[in-house]
Amino acid sequence: MSASNPLSASRKTFSQRLFLFLGSMDLAITLLLALAIASIIGTVLQQNQPYSDYLIKFGPFWFELFESAGLYDVYSAIWFLSILVLLVTSTSVCVTRNGPAMFRDMWNLRTHVQRKSLGAMRHNTMWSVESTAQATVTTLESTFSKLGFRVRQTPKTDEVLISAMRGGMNRLGYLLTHLAIVVICLGGLMDSNLPLKLAEWRGQIKVETQDLPLSKIPAASILAVGSQAFRGSVNIPEGQSSDVAFVAMRDGYLVQNLPFQVEVKDFRIEHYATGQPKSFESDLVVYDDDLAEPLTTTISVNHPLIYKGYAIYQASFSDGGSALSLEAWPLDSQAGKEPLSFDTKVFERRKMHWGDNTSQLEITAFRPFNINPDPTEDDPANVRNFGPSIGFKLRANTGEALEYQNYMLPVTRDGRDFYLSGVRTNPNDEFGYLYLPIDEQGELTGFSHFLQRLHDKKISEVIAREMTLATLNEVANTDQKLAQSLQDTLIKLVDMFVKGGFANVTTFIETTLPEAERDSLGPAYLSMLREILARVYVDGLNLAEQQSPTESQLMFLQDAVDAVGSLTRYGSPIYFMLTDYEHVQASGLQIAHSPGKPVVYFGCAMLIFGVFLLFYLPQRRFWALVKENGQQTDILLAGMSNRNPREFDGFFEEISEKLKHTKGNSSVR
Amino acid sequence: MNKIAGTMLTETSSSLVQWLWRSAMALVAIILISMYYDVFDYYEVGIVVLTAVGMALLGQNWPGIRWYIAVVGLLSLFAVDRYANDLSLANTDFFLSYMLASQSAVMWMSVLFVMAMVVYFAGLMFRSEFIQKVATALTWSGSAMGLVGLMVRWKESYLIGSDVGHIPVSNLYEVFILFAIITSILYLFYERRYQTRALGGFVLLVISSAVAFQLWYTFERHAHEIQPLVPALQSYWMKIHVPANFVGYGAFAMAAMIGVAYLLKSWRQSVKPEGILATTLPEMAVMDDLMYKSIALGFAFFTLATILGALWAAEAWGGYWSWDPKETWALIVWLNYAAWLHMRMTKGWHGRPMAWWAVIGLFVTIFAFLGVNMFLSGLHSYGTL
Repeated sequence: MSASNPLSASRKTFSQRLFLFLGSMDLAITLLLALAIASIIGTVLQQNQPYSDYLIKFGPFWFELFESAGLYDVYSAIWFLSILVLLVTSTSVCVTRNGPAMFRDMWNLRTHVQRKSLGAMRHNTMWSVESTAQATVTTLESTFSKLGFRVRQTPKTDEVLISAMRGGMNRLGYLLTHLAIVVICLGGLMDSNLPLKLAEWRGQIKVETQDLPLSKIPAASILAVGSQAFRGSVNIPEGQSSDVAFVAMRDGYLVQNLPFQVEVKDFRIEHYATGQPKSFESDLVVYDDDLAEPLTTTISVNHPLIYKGYAIYQASFSDGGSALSLEAWPLDSQAGKEPLSFDTKVFERRKMHWGDNTSQLEITAFRPFNINPDPTEDDPANVRNFGPSIGFKLRANTGEALEYQNYMLPVTRDGRDFYLSGVRTNPNDEFGYLYLPIDEQGELTGFSHFLQRLHDKKISEVIAREMTLATLNEVANTDQKLAQSLQDTLIKLVDMFVKGGFANVTTFIETTLPEAERDSLGPAYLSMLREILARVYVDGLNLAEQQSPTESQLMFLQDAVDAVGSLTRYGSPIYFMLTDYEHVQASGLQIAHSPGKPVVYFGCAMLIFGVFLLFYLPQRRFWALVKENGQQTDILLAGMSNRNPREFDGFFEEISEKLKHTKGNSSVR
Repeated sequence: MNKIAGTMLTETSSSLVQWLWRSAMALVAIILISMYYDVFDYYEVGIVVLTAVGMALLGQNWPGIRWYIAVVGLLSLFAVDRYANDLSLANTDFFLSYMLASQSAVMWMSVLFVMAMVVYFAGLMFRSEFIQKVATALTWSGSAMGLVGLMVRWKESYLIGSDVGHIPVSNLYEVFILFAIITSILYLFYERRYQTRALGGFVLLVISSAVAFQLWYTFERHAHEIQPLVPALQSYWMKIHVPANFVGYGAFAMAAMIGVAYLLKSWRQSVKPEGILATTLPEMAVMDDLMYKSIALGFAFFTLATILGALWAAEAWGGYWSWDPKETWALIVWLNYAAWLHMRMTKGWHGRPMAWWAVIGLFVTIFAFLGVNMFLSGLHSYGTL
């Protein structure tokens, strides 16, 4: 990499000028910085996300513009690769131009220097010794050799030149570092998805964008076993196996066939005492006709299996279709009926018919442990196991879905136990929780029973009548019409409450009551509602005469009323209770084949070796011109270094002292 | 022997001392390996041997580092001995709670480094050789307490649980301490080599900033608590990748601070040539040379660290290069300094533009070190704030 000679530039042919341009330092530095700046893009814009996410984020106009610029996969965009190719070309041209000279310089002892140029060097010194020129030359030569220099003597007309050099390998540093860049990039190219892109461009393969079962994926999206590089992934449930990996490409994927079949026997997560994961491990069995018997091994993070050049990594884990037993508890007018039991699996979808409604139940997740911060403790580091949970979606015919998370075990809040169910409409929202109180038997029956009574028009009529009578008895004159109206209002309030909670009742009050009476009657309506709800509950307890409900029953009533009040917001007519499960996990394996890896590693070794040679092995040259001068011999010593001129000051002094004081050289002028 | 500031010191220790030192290091390595032969695997034996070789080379002509290694070693052993097998002694044992428990030692380090910075600048102001020597002593002490803190923390992590124990270079808190130690040692090396203490305040300024951040991180986020290692970090690569990286970061930081001193001097020279900064800071050529030296050192180690990172990534993430934000920013830092070095070595640029570039380089490096973890998501999310 040296500047071209401007004087002769005009006389050069186009290809010569191109060669000079490509090998120029200016281009090289520009490319280094251009590559750095271009690389920033891909760190700011998250790469290889689902295309729909980008569309939502940028809107249609920018989405398409960014897509055509290849910004969703910058590092394999044509323009980015072009910068890389230019950098490699520039480096190659530079090595081609300067390599031979550097190579010669590694060995060349420069035997043609003149006395004049030695005298002009920054470091030089002269002295004389009382011995013959021949003896002096021999002494100097052997001293240089002992100090680790390569030496050669060249007889001149009436004097002898000794050339010495140490650190010639510094030049090798230049060659190694620059060749390393070329080698690493070539290795990287071998491992890139460029061949896939070319095949796609020629129409030989087609990226599949739909989520299809393996058997339905078209042949055009399936890649045969071969020597090509790929990095794919596959989720394998425990007890199952796979002989393919899925290679993600833009907004879709390709299927890569493997020359073997890999089975996941078991997947394990171990935890530290604090709850953080300690290890992820999979027991694998590799089946291959080339193997006398199947290969059994265990992989974990940082400890992949390398088989036939294919590396199998522990990359992730997910549910492998755990078997679940659920009970569907009605929360609507069907409340009180025996819950419906059924079995399902994680990732299963099934139609649910509920009255006139049809919706789809999609089980999305199962977790056997939920180690979460304990809400009753201030310190978020105090964690507690909340037991198993399921995640599912209920999708209406319109396609809209609500997402739920139900915990299998009751959760204690303020000393009472509840079944907890979270709901949200948007995956980015936090869950809002429904707390279903459990009864004294530890079951949901109590709540279900209460809910049933609230839905039962006959019961509310009876209770409303009792309550009207009790209220009006305290008033002297009984107005039949008033009594009827009060009773109707009570029934209406219960109905409103059951259909839409306190919010519904409040709206009812605001829309039906004249504004003048709202402030006085509103609170009265709400306390009447609370009263009748309590009566409905207490009546259902079938208590003996004179017996009043216990403290815990009253607490239950309060929690049950709160729960009923929030049922509308809960959005589902059913509560799914997890009663039993069999946990099946899936191990997420990444399978990679990178034939370029040894090339890249070789390049890396060259780079490290080269960089240290370049910086820390200075090339140091000395020349001693020995001339006989009567009885004595005159010596002119000069030296130079291509690195660390400051350090060389001391070094030159040291070397010249050693040469002067070697045996036989005594008198110093 | 009094040397003029800025001249190279190439003094070597006597060969007897050199051999004694090398034998001592060899002996320590042999004792360690034979004591822990049953629990060490090949890599750990390799790491012990490499560390001993590194220490032997570092100390053969540098008396300061020999004392440093010996003192740190003895203090750490003493602390480990005090601990026996009871972590709660950190609060009750006199030596541990006031000096050697990792948290106390790190606090000492913080105080000593900030004092060293102030004293270095005071020495510069009063043109006092003595005050500057005191600052050098403070820097050595700060760096010793920091390393003792890390060594003891290593032991403490094993006291928490044998499965929790790990080398303390696994999160942002720990590597901040590592950064302060490595940068100070690098500086002390060049301080002796170039016989100049005038740059101390500037280099200690960046170390003190790291210390300030680290203190905020401790008190605000309780970052000093020892956490077990996530599975991805359970690898012997961590032991070499992280320290190599911080030699790079430390050297780049030092280069940038010398760049600042260079720019200040060049400005003061044009405004007030007889002023303190213009006359006490080292010669321009010396600073220029030092800046080049530290960038070259940083570049060599950063190259090594990035390659080690790629080898590790190939084991942990399934590929030696994934264009993960952290990897990409490492490449950006590397390309930036590669361009700097080409400018300097081939085009012969030097002086103010290169000093500015070295300062800008520090910002690129800081982004790669901290910014990526704060603003960008990716695989390399161990050091999240």
